[in-house]
Amino acid sequence: MTAVTAGASESTTTASVRGATGTGTTFTRWLGAATLVALGALAVLGLVVSPADVVQGESVRILYIHVGTVWVAYVAFIVTALSSAAYLWKRTTSLTWDRIAGASAEIGVVFMAVTLFAGALWGRLSWGAFWVWDARVTTTAFLFITYIGYLAVRDLGGSHRQRARRSAVVALLAVLEIPLVHFSVKLWRSVHQDASVGDRTSDVTLDGLMLFTLMLALGAFTLLYAWWLLHRQRVLAMRDALDDKGLDRALAERRTEGVQS
Amino acid sequence: MDHHAEPVVELEDAVVVLGSFPALAGVDLVVARGEILLLRGPNGAGKTTLLRLCAGLLPLARGRGHVAGCDLTTQRDAVRARVGLLGHANGLYADLTVAENVRFWGATVGATPGEVDAALDRMDLSRRLATVPVNRLSAGQRRRTALACLVARRAQLWLLDEPHAGLDAAGRDELDATLRAAVGSGATVIVASHELERAGSLATRVVDVVGGQALALRGEGG
Amino acid sequence: MSTWRTALLIAMKDLRVEARSRIVLVQVLPFAGLVMVLFAFALDSDTVLERVSPGLIWMATVFSLLIVVQRSFGVETADGALDALRVAGVRASGIFVGKAIALAAQLLALEVLLTVLAVVLYRAELDADGLVLFVTTVLVATCGLAFVGTLYGGLAAGAKGRETLLPLLLFPVVAPVLIGATRATEAALGASGAATSEGWPWVALLVVFAALFGAGGTLAFGSLIEE
Repeated sequence: MTAVTAGASESTTTASVRGATGTGTTFTRWLGAATLVALGALAVLGLVVSPADVVQGESVRILYIHVGTVWVAYVAFIVTALSSAAYLWKRTTSLTWDRIAGASAEIGVVFMAVTLFAGALWGRLSWGAFWVWDARVTTTAFLFITYIGYLAVRDLGGSHRQRARRSAVVALLAVLEIPLVHFSVKLWRSVHQDASVGDRTSDVTLDGLMLFTLMLALGAFTLLYAWWLLHRQRVLAMRDALDDKGLDRALAERRTEGVQS
Repeated sequence: MDHHAEPVVELEDAVVVLGSFPALAGVDLVVARGEILLLRGPNGAGKTTLLRLCAGLLPLARGRGHVAGCDLTTQRDAVRARVGLLGHANGLYADLTVAENVRFWGATVGATPGEVDAALDRMDLSRRLATVPVNRLSAGQRRRTALACLVARRAQLWLLDEPHAGLDAAGRDELDATLRAAVGSGATVIVASHELERAGSLATRVVDVVGGQALALRGEGG
Repeated sequence: MSTWRTALLIAMKDLRVEARSRIVLVQVLPFAGLVMVLFAFALDSDTVLERVSPGLIWMATVFSLLIVVQRSFGVETADGALDALRVAGVRASGIFVGKAIALAAQLLALEVLLTVLAVVLYRAELDADGLVLFVTTVLVATCGLAFVGTLYGGLAAGAKGRETLLPLLLFPVVAPVLIGATRATEAALGASGAATSEGWPWVALLVVFAALFGAGGTLAFGSLIEE
């Protein structure tokens, strides 16, 4: 009985994790550097250089973070959904898709939490309300909860393939669910003619330097997401590889049970 | 005839992982049609997992397998359609009567009412017990009900996990007779059991399952 | 066996089990009634209660859904019947539809009770105009709830530690049904001054929901109960 790992997909993934001690590669180091530069520029522009809003004052600066992170959170969700579909699509299935989906969801949860927090803070500072019942905010909160459920499903145990299939299905069901939630909340709030309820971010007009800073925020956070995703996905691959090695050891131990008795 | 030569079960280096535990650590096993194979071994050796694997319930982590002519990796649905499993649990609905249970499980394979009645008869359940809800039966009676459901399924391969447990002497003889009759009609039987004396009277072959592997294929009898 | 015949076989089996054990009748219906009473304690205002009675009906339904789904799959996992269904080669989509049908039937009984209680306890008023809207709403919403309940119930069935997962997965998904059914019921009952005609767009939403999860569930259920 040899210790060869079964399945080409596992060994190619292990092979792609270069370096015995880390998940960094030349590409990720450049990407990381670019991310740092972008975030640094964002900090400077966002906090210092760009002007305060005429109406909202300094609190508009939170918007750079809020919009940046919500953008990434939705991108992460789409990546999770697409990766899940990719995993299920080709039945020969590489677990890499599953790990991308999982890593993206983990990162997405973090960005989602930041979004909700920053959004609540901004709402409080601008209009005195931490929360507003509109479609976008509510859907974002639901997406957050759905992510958490998805991650819980990933932790249910079983083999890697079982985890992959089960969570892929749950992710695709979430793709059904989220638009329905969004639409139903939108329809719901449109019935209530509350003047104060609405898409608040559109109340803020951004132009010139502020618009540029916002775009920079989107770019910087996207770079951060990409860098993080590459690393996290590799960590998950290493974890799976460790499980496989652990399996070989466990197999050897299991067989000695027979010899002893 | 050619298909008699084809083994009913063919496992090659089968590894089954439950969670992170390798319940089966590389099983090589060939079972010919018409055999009554006894799986013997201590608790935790992997007998139950081996039966569930042959039933098509569990995925192979490594290795290859064929059961009833179907591949265990790609054709698990087809495998299931051809086997019957009696596990530790009985697979019964406790609130329904014996007859309702056998009728339901028979219906899943399209058994006729006649076949259902025959199954009930076979396990001596027709008279007093047929209309009793399962939750009022003794453990042995529930086992017999589960066996009747298995009979109604007309499977090619019968997989039984400790089937004699909970049965009295008459019940055990009845069970053995049922298994021999099934083999007589062309089925193959694999039984996991602690009952060592059964090996002599019932089984055509004994395999020891230890440490997640099938060892020491023995010849006739115990 | 075709999916439809499988579904009918399993639906009849589930309903027969309930008829024998009467768990939903004796435990879940009283629970739902109790929830309605507790709402009254918490909200403590006759005008408020009458106004929000549609919402309370559907909230109580959603809470009860959780329990009925757990019961439905508890029946399967108690004696390894779900495994036996898989070994029997029964088509998973048939299991899904069958259990959803049985679940829907039980939910309908529940909703009748809750409506009666709303009329009695909260003095909600049901008039002839809104009746068609109300009945349609109940039927469509129930289908949607039965589909998602069965789907996520299958995922959460079996292994220990999964039961607590069910509410976390299920409740976000039923939100559109809660919104839609409540708004449509408000229109049907004339609560909050809504006209009956305003309810129908919501029913359309409920139809879309039920269709999507009916189709999605039929496809996905097999993967979720597999090992």
